Order: sequence, then C-alpha cells, then structure tokens
Amino acid sequence: MTKIDITQNQILKKLLKGRYLQAALQIVMLMGFVFTILAGFLGTPVGSHNFGLIFVWIAWWALLILMIVPFFGRGWCAICPIPLVGEWLQRGAILDPLPKRPPFIPRRISRIFRNIWLQNIFFIVLALSSSVLLTTPKSTAFVLSGMFVTAILLTFLFERRAFCRFLCPVGGFIGLYSQFAPLELRVKNKKICSTCREKPCYNGSSLGFGCPWDSFPTALRKNSYCGFCMECLRTCPNENIAVNIRPFASDLNTPLRRVDEAFKAFIMVGSAVVYAAVFLGPWANLKDAAYSIGSLAWFVYSLGFLLITVVLLPGLFWVSSRYMQRYETRQQMGKTEFAALSTTVIPLGLMFWIAFTLSFSMTNVSYILVTLSDPLGLGWNLFGTANIAWQPILTSLLPYLQTVILLSGLVWSARIAQKITEPMGVSAFPIIAYGFGVTSFMMWLLL
Amino acid sequence: MVHQIYPEKIKSILLLTLFVVAVLMMILVPLPISHPPSQHRNFVIEARQFAYSPAVLWVNPGDTVTIKLVSSDVVHGLYVDGYSVSVKADPGQSKSLTFVADKSGSFRLRCNVACGAMHPFMIGKLEVGFHEWLFRSIGLAMLMTGGIYFNVRKNNKQAL
Repeated sequence: MTKIDITQNQILKKLLKGRYLQAALQIVMLMGFVFTILAGFLGTPVGSHNFGLIFVWIAWWALLILMIVPFFGRGWCAICPIPLVGEWLQRGAILDPLPKRPPFIPRRISRIFRNIWLQNIFFIVLALSSSVLLTTPKSTAFVLSGMFVTAILLTFLFERRAFCRFLCPVGGFIGLYSQFAPLELRVKNKKICSTCREKPCYNGSSLGFGCPWDSFPTALRKNSYCGFCMECLRTCPNENIAVNIRPFASDLNTPLRRVDEAFKAFIMVGSAVVYAAVFLGPWANLKDAAYSIGSLAWFVYSLGFLLITVVLLPGLFWVSSRYMQRYETRQQMGKTEFAALSTTVIPLGLMFWIAFTLSFSMTNVSYILVTLSDPLGLGWNLFGTANIAWQPILTSLLPYLQTVILLSGLVWSARIAQKITEPMGVSAFPIIAYGFGVTSFMMWLLL
Repeated sequence: MVHQIYPEKIKSILLLTLFVVAVLMMILVPLPISHPPSQHRNFVIEARQFAYSPAVLWVNPGDTVTIKLVSSDVVHGLYVDGYSVSVKADPGQSKSLTFVADKSGSFRLRCNVACGAMHPFMIGKLEVGFHEWLFRSIGLAMLMTGGIYFNVRKNNKQAL
C-alpha cells in the first residue's frame, strides 16, 4: 500500500493548518481536565461513582488504548491539556506567535536527560501505586494536578515541551505504540529541507512556533517524537510537510536503536502482565499488597514488579538473543542488537494492553453512565442514568476477543522478528519462542 | 520454467490449506475428555473487602452449583460472568444462589455492589471442567508462530 497524503485535500489541509479547531479541542479538554481534578478532590470518595476517576481510568484510558493510540498515534498529545497553560506562558501567546519576543528564554535540557529513562522511571513509580491511583479519586486528582503543575514549571526552566518529551509517563508509552498508527507526519522531499536555510519548522517563524517536540521533521523516521501539533505544517515555507495515511506498524520495520526505548517496551509488557494478575486475578494477597502502599507487603510487591519488568523479562530476552547469536554467528550481543531485537516486543505489549483494557472497560462501562448523571456523587440525576445498576457488557465474548488480540500481537511480533533477524544473519526462533512463552502466560492470566 | 513454478504453487496452496484446516481443527474439534456424572455441589464463600474465600471454585460441567455467600464486613455481591446470575449479602448475613454449570471454561466471579476502593477488582473464579479455550488458544499460538517461522525459513532457503 502506498502512502496517501491527506493534506492534498484542501479542506483537510485548511483544518490542520488552522489553529482554531485544535485550540477549540484543547480548551474543551482543558475544561474537562480541570473538572476531573475538581471532581477528584471535591466529589464522592467512592471511586465507582466519581466522574474524575471513572472518566480518566475507564472512559479516557479505554479510548486511548483501544482507539487513539492504535489509529492516531500521538493524536492525543496534539490536544492534551496538561502542557497547554505552560506552553501559552512560555510562548507569551495563545494562538499565533506575537511579533515581540516571549517573556523569557528557557534553556535547552541537559544531554544526560535527553532520553526516555525519566519517563520510564516516572511510569514505574505510578505503576507501583496504581492500585490506589485507579481506585481513589483524590489520588488521581493529586497526580493529575501534580503533572499539570510540573509541566508548567518545566516550561519556565527548559525550552519547548520538556515535560512531554522527557518526563510524561503517558507520553512515553504513547510514543512507543504510536509506531503502530496508520498515520504519520513526514517531509515530502528531504532535498528541499537541505536547501532551506531558516529551518522555520524547528526555529519557528511568524506563521507558527518551532517544533515543541524538539524534532527536525526532516529527521523523523518514526512517530515516537512527533506530537502531531502541526506547527511544521504551518511554518514550512515550501509546503514540504505531508500528513500520510500509511500501512499499520510501518515504523516497526525500522528497528529500535536505544536501550531506553527497548526498556520502555519491556516495562510495558511487564506492567500489563502484573496488572492482569493483580486486577483480574483471584489472588487476594496480591491485591492487598498492591493496595497497601508503604507496608512491608507493598515493598515485596514492588520488588516483584521491578524484578519482572526490568530484570526478568529483558533478562530472558537477552538470554534468548545470546542463545541465537552464540549458535549461529558466535558474535557478541551488544546494546544496539539488543535494542533492535526488542522491537519485536512492541506488538506484544500493545496487544497485551488492549486485551487487558478490554477486560476491565467492558465490565465497568456502566459506571460511565452513572457518573455522567451524578459526576460528584451528590445525588444528582442530570440525564436519568444515575441509578443504573452495574452491568458488564459482552463478557461472554471477551475470552474469544482476547485470544484474537493476543494472537495478532504474537504473529505481528514473529513477523517483525523474521524481518529484523534476516539481515543480521541469525535465527529468529529464540525470539519467537520468547514471544510465545510470554503470550501463553498472559493467556493463562486473562482467559 | 513453468514446469518448476507450477508444483511450487501447488505445494504452497496445499500447505496453506493444511494450515487453515489445522487452525479450524484446533478451534472446533471436540477434545476427548470425559466428565464424571453431574452432581450437586455446595460452596460457602466468605466475602470481605476485597476478596472471596475460597477464591476459586472447581466444578464439573452439568453440576448444579449452590453458592452460599457470607459477608464478613460490608455489603458484598457475587456475579458470575458468562452465566449472568448474581446474589447479594448484607454484613454478617448470608444469601444463596443456585445454577446449573452447563458451560465449560473459566468464569470470573465479581462483586456487584460498590464495597470500597478496590471493589472493581474484587474477583474470584469459577472453573467449570477442563479450561478448553485456554488450551485451544495456546495451541493456536503455537500453530501460528510455527507456521510463520517455517514459512519464512522456507522462503529464505529459496532465496538462497
């Protein structure tokens, strides 16, 4: 399938280049975000009846994992309310750039932090407290407001969207899985970029701001660090930016290069496995340990979580990789090869998360209607749905759906393993066997 | 040239057909599993925040299952996925639920009364007979990955 540039359609191009649609969506999201925080702090402490908790962890999360990330990649980042206020303050403008200089010039973030290790750490910290976060409205509100304030503070210190690019725990995995999306922003002709002296796509111009994600559009090989903000589409003087519809998972044909990205892939797989055990399993002791933050049981749980996500899963993978190297080519398995082969874990992780999310969203979807009518749990009945009884939907179909989803992840991973190992001249068998083992374990947990 | 390609094509079509038949068999062919005669099974489940005890019940297909739910702290419920039957028990009291376990597989037991923070994740399991679907799913996974592996290996050999 060839790529189709949707900016060839003048109406779509106008919509994407213009600021009003995006700004309107951002402001709606910002209002929803503020209301979510208020509901978390002021509404009922009963999670299943609190708008903040239900809309973040059931409605938004399900939409993000099941729809937005697989189909639109970082589409969410283009309308995310968290960096919005900070960005306005940093730019000194809400819509178009102003002719005067912004009120302050922040610094470039240090080279040590120009990776996604901090995102990995922040994600793990949140994941370790997720039992409380997912069930207590005040915790959710506290974390959301913390992210909001941090994003604002970082815009005073560092240039562009430092929070989104280097710290946001959600942005980290959206970036990883955005490689699946059948949508990309790329330059049409790299030669044109090489003759462009001003580089307004990166530096900004009177038409728009320099890339908030600190990316040169001409250097984009993957979706991971493009936030679909469309600033480069606005600023490019040569009309050299395309927004393409492309085959799914095109980016995965280009292997990962960095160990921080590889670890992100393992952390996501490990978290999905642990979450499936804690939240969907029958083991009460595990749930108690995950919920009682600060207790000895929680520390043991945390140690187990870390062992699985950052030691066991990547360790087993590394052993598999070494095994195939030793017997086929007798070469050393370096960081680059490890990162490249880790690309095969990405489809497994995304499908694990989709299967896990389906399970808890299909069983708890009725709470959305309840909290719509009574968002703060104060006894309101705005749309007549406040007293709807809890009712799971289509749970008898769930195991079959989950099998199809997990199998598609495994098949996808096996295909990528074949593609990546072929030029390396090694067998894909150990990597495929690894994927089979992890998927079988996930099947045992979910089905 | 035509003479060489033609058998290769037939071979590929045959292999693909075999693969599809194997997948269908993995999904549809009944497994040779015999079940003991059905009987009446009684269970007493104690519900507390946020756990059932025992958390997993094993029965045979066709068994009549009676669950007596005893709540030890707040109001709890028990909803059986796949069977869509439920029961609720007040603190210190018990209520019973009876149904015929006529579907094989693994079904989650869920609390259907908001009972506290971890309520959505208060989960138990009802295992009815052999968990066929899990083994079929793992079998499918094995078939598909094996199919891809050997297909690409064959293509690589041909390319060489």
